Amino acid sequence: MNKQHNKAKKFGMVIDLDKCTGCGACMVACMAENNVPFKADETNKLDSITWLRVYKLTNGKSFPNADFCYLPRPCMHCEGSHGHSPCVSVCPATATDYSHETGIVSQIYTRCFGCRYCMAACPYHARYFNWWDPVWPEGMEKYLNPNVSVRMRGIVEKCSFCYHRYQLAMEKAYYEGRREIEEQEYQTACTQACPAGAIVFGDLDNPEHAVHELKKNPNAFRLLERLGTNPKVYYISSREWVRQAGDNYLRQEGKSEKN
Amino acid sequence: MDSALIPEGVKRCSVGKFLIFLGVVGAVLLWGVFAMLLCWIKGLNQTNMNDYYGFALWIWADLAVIALGGGAFFTGFLRYIIGKDELKNIINYAVLIGFICYSSALLILAIDIGQPLRGWFIFWHANVHSMLTEVAFCLSCYFGVLTIEYLPLILENRQLEKVPFFHHLSHNMHEIMAVFAATGAFLSFFHQGSLGGVSGVLFGRPFGYREGIFIWPWTFFLFTWSAAACGPCFTILITKITEKVTRKKLVKDNVIELLAKISGWMLATYTIAKILDTWYWASVTAPSKGFWVLDFYSNNPFYGPWILVLEIIICGVLPALILITESGRKSKPALLLAVILAAIGVSVNRWVMVLQVMAVPVMPFDSWYMYFPSWQEIATTILPVAYGVILIGLSHRYLPIFPQEKELNPVD
Repeated sequence: MNKQHNKAKKFGMVIDLDKCTGCGACMVACMAENNVPFKADETNKLDSITWLRVYKLTNGKSFPNADFCYLPRPCMHCEGSHGHSPCVSVCPATATDYSHETGIVSQIYTRCFGCRYCMAACPYHARYFNWWDPVWPEGMEKYLNPNVSVRMRGIVEKCSFCYHRYQLAMEKAYYEGRREIEEQEYQTACTQACPAGAIVFGDLDNPEHAVHELKKNPNAFRLLERLGTNPKVYYISSREWVRQAGDNYLRQEGKSEKN
Repeated sequence: MDSALIPEGVKRCSVGKFLIFLGVVGAVLLWGVFAMLLCWIKGLNQTNMNDYYGFALWIWADLAVIALGGGAFFTGFLRYIIGKDELKNIINYAVLIGFICYSSALLILAIDIGQPLRGWFIFWHANVHSMLTEVAFCLSCYFGVLTIEYLPLILENRQLEKVPFFHHLSHNMHEIMAVFAATGAFLSFFHQGSLGGVSGVLFGRPFGYREGIFIWPWTFFLFTWSAAACGPCFTILITKITEKVTRKKLVKDNVIELLAKISGWMLATYTIAKILDTWYWASVTAPSKGFWVLDFYSNNPFYGPWILVLEIIICGVLPALILITESGRKSKPALLLAVILAAIGVSVNRWVMVLQVMAVPVMPFDSWYMYFPSWQEIATTILPVAYGVILIGLSHRYLPIFPQEKELNPVD
C-alpha cells in the first residue's frame, strides 16, 4: 500500500455553454442528491434554495440577431488568494472552510449561526439561507439521501461539489488499498445528470482529468475574474457576447479583453 | 409618591404624568417585543430579507446606533484623556446614550442571527480573519465598560447612596473612571473600525470594497472617524430634545458649544477624508473591477447620485461649516440643524454601506432588487428606541444625570 500522503487536488468544473440547453436536469439532480429543501410555492426565487441555478442570458438584440444562452451557476469554490475566498475569510465562526486538500469550500451546518455575512460577501449569490425549516411532502423523507444531512432553519447552505461522493469514493479506494481515486469515481450529480454532457468535473491540476485541458480552451472564462475571487468553475463559449457577459467592463475598454 | 427617589433640589413631573408617559412608550415597546418573539419563535421568514438581502434593516440599525452612540467613547476620551473638564457636565448623559445604543445593538444582533442559541459560537469558534469577530469581541467588551461607567450613576440615586457600600463604590469608581474611558476609547476604535471593515473587506462587492493599510480597509478608519464626529452631535441632539420635553435647560451653552466645536472639526476633517476616499474609489478601485461609478447609481428606482450629495454635501459639508464657525454654534437653530444633519449623515452612510452594497448587482446578467422591511423588522427596530426613551425617562427622573440642572433650574 502506498504510504505517501494524498496529493493536493483542485476540483473544479468546466461548463460548455454552447452545449447547455437549459433543461434544468442539473438543478433537479442537485436538489435530489443534496436533500435541498423546497416550499409549496417556489415562485419567489429570492428566498428559494437552488444550489445550482441556471440563468438565462440574452444578448439584448432584436430579431434576427437575438441570441440567448443558459448559464448554470453552482458555487464557484473560489480560491481567492491562498484560500481566502470571499466567504471563508468573513465567516466569524469558522463555519465555512477552504480545503487545501480538495479545493472545495465547505459549509459546517452545525456551526453556522446564521449571520449571513458569507452571503453578503459572495458576488455569485451561490449561498442560500434557510428561511424556513425543511418540510418534506408526506413519504418523501424516505427518499432523502442518507449521505447528506438535512439542514435546519436559520443557517446558510450551498453547493458542496457533492463532497459526500468524494468521501465515499475515498473510502472505497482506501478499502481497496489505493490512496488516489480515478476521475470517474468522483463526479457531481449535476455532471452526471446533464444530458448534453455540458458539465465536466475533475481535478483541474491533474493532467489525466479532462478539465485540465478544457480550462485551457481559448474560449474558456470564469465569472467575475476581475474581482480576484479566483473561482474553480470555468465556462466555455464560442460566442463572444457570452464570454463578455462573464465580467464587467468599462465602456472605454471596448469589451475586448476576452476576445 | 416617589419623591424620596428623586434627586434633591430638582423638580419632576407628577407620578401620574410619568406613568402615562411610561404606558404610551411601553405599549410601543411591547409591540416590538411581540415582533421580536415572532422572529425568535417562527424564524427570520418573518422578515422581508431574502438571499439578495442577507444584511438589511437590522444591520443598518446596528451600525447606525453604534455610530450615534459613539458620543460616549469620544466625550469620555475628551473629558478624561484630553482633559476637557467642562465636558463633565454632559459625560453622564453621553454614557447613558451610549449604554442605550450599545445594548440596543446587542439586542438587534440577537434577533438578527438565524440561530440565536448559537450566538456564542462567534466567541468559541472565532475566526480571526473576520471583521465580525473583532466587532463581537470589542462590542461586548465595550458594553461591559459602558455598564461600569453607568453603574456609579445608578448608585448615586438618593436612596441607594444612603447605603455606605454603594456610596463608596460609586465614589471610587468615579476616581478610576479615566482607566475605563481609555479602555472604552481603545475598544471603540477597533469595533467602530471593524464595522467599517465589514463592507470594506468584501472584495466580491465592488461597491463596498476599499483598499487600505495592512488588513484594514479605508472604511475602517472612516467609520471610527465619523462615529467620533457624529456621536457627540447625537448626544447634543438628544440633550436638546430632553430639554425641550422637560422644558428645562439642563446643560450650559458653553459645554454644548465646546462639544459642538470639537465635533465640527472632526466632521470637517472626516468629510474631507470621505471625499478623498470616494474620489479614489470612483476613479481607481471601482474601475479596476470593471465598474464606472455611475453604474452604482443608475438603472434602479432608488439609489441615485442624490444619495452621495445628501451624505457628503448636505449632511457632511454643511453641518461641518456650521459647527466650526462660532456664529453657527451660537445660533440655536443653526446648531440644532447641524447636529440633526450630522446624525442623518452618519445614518445615511451606514445605510449605503449595508443596503446599497447588497442592492448593486455584481454579475453583469443580474438585476437590482429593492427591499422594504416587514412590520416585524420595523417593530423590532423601533423597540430599542422605545427602550431608550424609557431608560432616559427613568434615569432623568431618579438619577443625577445632569450636574448643572440644579444651578440652571433653582427650585423656589
